[in-house]
Amino acid sequence: MGETGILAALPMNEFVFFINKGLIAGLIIGSVYALGAVGVTLIAGILRFSHFPHGDMMTAGAFFAFILTLLFPTAGALFGLPTPFVLMPLAMIATALFAVGIDRVFYRPLRANNVKPIVIVMASIGVMLMMQGLIRLFAGTEARQMETGSKDIYRIPFGGRDIVLTEPQLLLILFTAAVVVALHFFLTRSRMGKAMRAMADNADLARISGISTDHVVRTTWIIAGGLAAAAGTLLALDVSLKPDLSFNILLPIFAAAIVGGIGKPYGAIAGGLLVGFTETLAVFNWGVLLRPLQPFVPEWLELPQKLAFVPTEYKIVIPFFILIAVLIWRPTGIFRGSLVK
Amino acid sequence: MISYRTRALVLVSGTAVLVALVFAWLGAAYGVRMLVEASCFALIALGLTIQWGYAGLFNVGVMGFIAIAAFVSMLVSYPVNDLFWNSDGPGLLCWAFLYAAIGVALTYAASQTHRLGLPKKYRTLLTLIVGAASYLAVTGALDPAATLIEAEARFVGGFGMPVWLGWLLGGIAAGALGWAMGRITLGLRADYMAIATLGISEIVKAFLKNADWLTKGTLTVSPLPWPVPTPNELGFVMSRASYLAVTSILIVVVYVLLERAWASPWGRMMRAIRDNELSAAAMGKDVNRRRLEMLVLGNFIIGVGGAALITFSTIFDPGSFQPLNHTFLIWVMVILGGAGNNLGTILGALLVYIVWIMSEPAALFLFEHGANLANHMFGWEAPADLATRALQMRVFVIGLVITLVLRFAPQGLLPEKVVKYE
Amino acid sequence: MSLLDMTDIHGGYGGANILNGVDIAIDANQIGVIVGPNGAGKSTTLKALFGMLRVSQGNVAFNGQDITNFAPEKLVREGLSFVPQEFNVFPTMSVQENLEMGAYIRRDDFRPLIDQVYGFFPPLKDKRKQPAGELSGGQRQMVAIGRALMTEPKLLLLDEPTAGLSPLYMDEIFDRIIAINNSGVGILMVEQNARQALAIAHRGFVLATGKNRFTGTGAELLADPEVAKSFLGGGE
Repeated sequence: MGETGILAALPMNEFVFFINKGLIAGLIIGSVYALGAVGVTLIAGILRFSHFPHGDMMTAGAFFAFILTLLFPTAGALFGLPTPFVLMPLAMIATALFAVGIDRVFYRPLRANNVKPIVIVMASIGVMLMMQGLIRLFAGTEARQMETGSKDIYRIPFGGRDIVLTEPQLLLILFTAAVVVALHFFLTRSRMGKAMRAMADNADLARISGISTDHVVRTTWIIAGGLAAAAGTLLALDVSLKPDLSFNILLPIFAAAIVGGIGKPYGAIAGGLLVGFTETLAVFNWGVLLRPLQPFVPEWLELPQKLAFVPTEYKIVIPFFILIAVLIWRPTGIFRGSLVK
Repeated sequence: MISYRTRALVLVSGTAVLVALVFAWLGAAYGVRMLVEASCFALIALGLTIQWGYAGLFNVGVMGFIAIAAFVSMLVSYPVNDLFWNSDGPGLLCWAFLYAAIGVALTYAASQTHRLGLPKKYRTLLTLIVGAASYLAVTGALDPAATLIEAEARFVGGFGMPVWLGWLLGGIAAGALGWAMGRITLGLRADYMAIATLGISEIVKAFLKNADWLTKGTLTVSPLPWPVPTPNELGFVMSRASYLAVTSILIVVVYVLLERAWASPWGRMMRAIRDNELSAAAMGKDVNRRRLEMLVLGNFIIGVGGAALITFSTIFDPGSFQPLNHTFLIWVMVILGGAGNNLGTILGALLVYIVWIMSEPAALFLFEHGANLANHMFGWEAPADLATRALQMRVFVIGLVITLVLRFAPQGLLPEKVVKYE
Repeated sequence: MSLLDMTDIHGGYGGANILNGVDIAIDANQIGVIVGPNGAGKSTTLKALFGMLRVSQGNVAFNGQDITNFAPEKLVREGLSFVPQEFNVFPTMSVQENLEMGAYIRRDDFRPLIDQVYGFFPPLKDKRKQPAGELSGGQRQMVAIGRALMTEPKLLLLDEPTAGLSPLYMDEIFDRIIAINNSGVGILMVEQNARQALAIAHRGFVLATGKNRFTGTGAELLADPEVAKSFLGGGE
């Protein structure tokens, strides 16, 4: 009997429930935050302002993918993947161009006037409102379902119950992993990637080394816009396309960027996952995990059925507290580098 | 170059003409109502101009501070709910508060254990554990209390105190929240303050929306008592006019006090800090302390204005607080009117509010006719939610105005007066 | 024909001018040294030359071409290179990456040049994978100068290259500057350490209140009793 006996004694049901509702859910939302936070942290590191319209940029990207899906509904069948995912690169390009255009029209003139950074933040809030208005004007305020065809669902049997993963979720995880690798090579091997790091490190020195500010800024927006579109599309595929994502996703993304340390893309990815897991585990009902212990505790002690740290309605509190905690104790982020500045 | 005086004159008369037009077109009852709301917004805008124009503080959580003040004002001034006081609710709440007090004390004690020689690493861990445990204990005590109150008494109700006391305490609550936030964020980059205020305001809203036992949540609390006789007693025009008298007096008092403070040595110091933080700090000024004062003072005024605004609407609905209406609209008023110029801010508030309130029918009118036209010409079928979508245009316009003002008229309509010293 | 010719330069940061008529001229392959009291406009002269400060009056000619008020990015391509006094490395990037960033405008294979820089500054070779921000002050200065050499400039501008360094490193840096000059790079530098700097200078410029007070070869200036009295401190 030996090992199987121990396995059978383990509360498999509850454990798999924990994997599904805790770990996988955290990984999914964490990946979305990570993709968003990379853009925010790059913009903050290179352009030196907090980009408030990032949530709306994600929505805009998802909306581009949505329109493309309506235009070419059969594109996905060619590859055996959900249509929006197949068309996502086009949406990413569109959003990247859109982001570059917004920079040209709204931020570059302010930079040229040498305004205080806070004025650019304020302008970005103006841009945020404009994008919100436009998105809701064209898309309405209702949530929409992305047309995916049939969603494949993978079930991995694990100790009697299945670990469940949908196709969009799997794609999201794989895409995020691919982004991490690609970003790593881009930033450490390519000329432009190094120039971006140089600009984030010391903008004046980058300029007198002959690095073109314009090129670096443009590349930053292309990456930030593209990743925002991907995050928005994948989130919309997993859940639904919500035009009012804006504020709700902004706070966790900023928290992720600040936790990881402003200007550090790997930090942003780690920060995104951290915020995602914390958020999910904080609203997770730990009572489920305690339930199997009931036979072993004295009768008079009734274990609570519902034991979550934070009620779901207050989910937004979690990223906020992470943010505040990091700002108080380690404003340089949790990956404290020995930086000069 | 037009002189400051001419500018001010043109603006005042322009606003007056607009107000007169609204009165002539929509009647006195509507006109007075609009003026009361505009005056409440003007108060809030004065609070924000203190923070942004005087101290350079980037508060994008105005909505949260309005909401907390409105809630406190409602709690203080709403009639007493006998159902609640006769139930077990107060007793249960007492227990919850007792737990909270013990929890806070224990957590604080745990955070001081390093004085007893506990290594810092373990102290932090201990503090976290004690904090989490007390948090769970408090929520554990609060949940049954909340359920019981909701079942037996709907909600806690108010204390039946005078409305002015409610406004005062509401302002103090907003100021206190600002103080707590300022302690955390003032030493950091301005962006972080913006993010933190935005977060606070969303959390305040989430709390007020979901704490049904305190606020009735989505069921809303009404009618809120007024500081002046209600329309039932005096008729719409007269009662609203007396409300307007109250808010106008508040504006005049705040305006006069601010102008005097601004001309005093204290105001000079504040300008010095805003314009050159480093040299002010080098002169021995405690920059962050002064800023904290400004944040708290500004929040107090925002709170009073917000409480007045919500009281006037007679209904406390936590769901009605929107960043657009209660944060960004006020930002537009301040930067368009002229940050740091009190008269400019008040005029900006009046102007923007009139345009804002008139833009609703205007947007609906435009879209209705546009849709009809498109239907005639191309057979375009308008979406069913066209009306709600049309209103989103106003969000766009607010955003556009912010970006345009920042780029082309960063000083606003009435720039800050540069004080000259002979 | 001189390599660099700055004639009657005026300029400042808005408000009162800091430069009130500075003249600097050096030939190819020369070392030029600017000395003078604090606030004389030494660093400002370099900044005006490198397009970081608006020149309101006067001309800057480089290799016979007018480069007055060119942007820094453009000057790098013209063959000038600038090492600021502070914040002159990319702190989170490795030594090697710092040098690569110096060669950003080059599209050719610059590996031999990196080796050449390691030749000038052997300690850097061992530290090439280390972030520049973790190096000692002297080594950071080497990285900074190395970065500026990566464009193979005709003229290297150094703003107080020995400021804050220990005497040992100071000698080392002066030594390296001479070696760099011998390899065919013109040098114009601002130095606090006037005596030592003038000793290696082909041309020396003593500035005071934004104007040339004395101009001559390094040896001439060192020998001039008035220069010694007013600007070089107590004689040895």
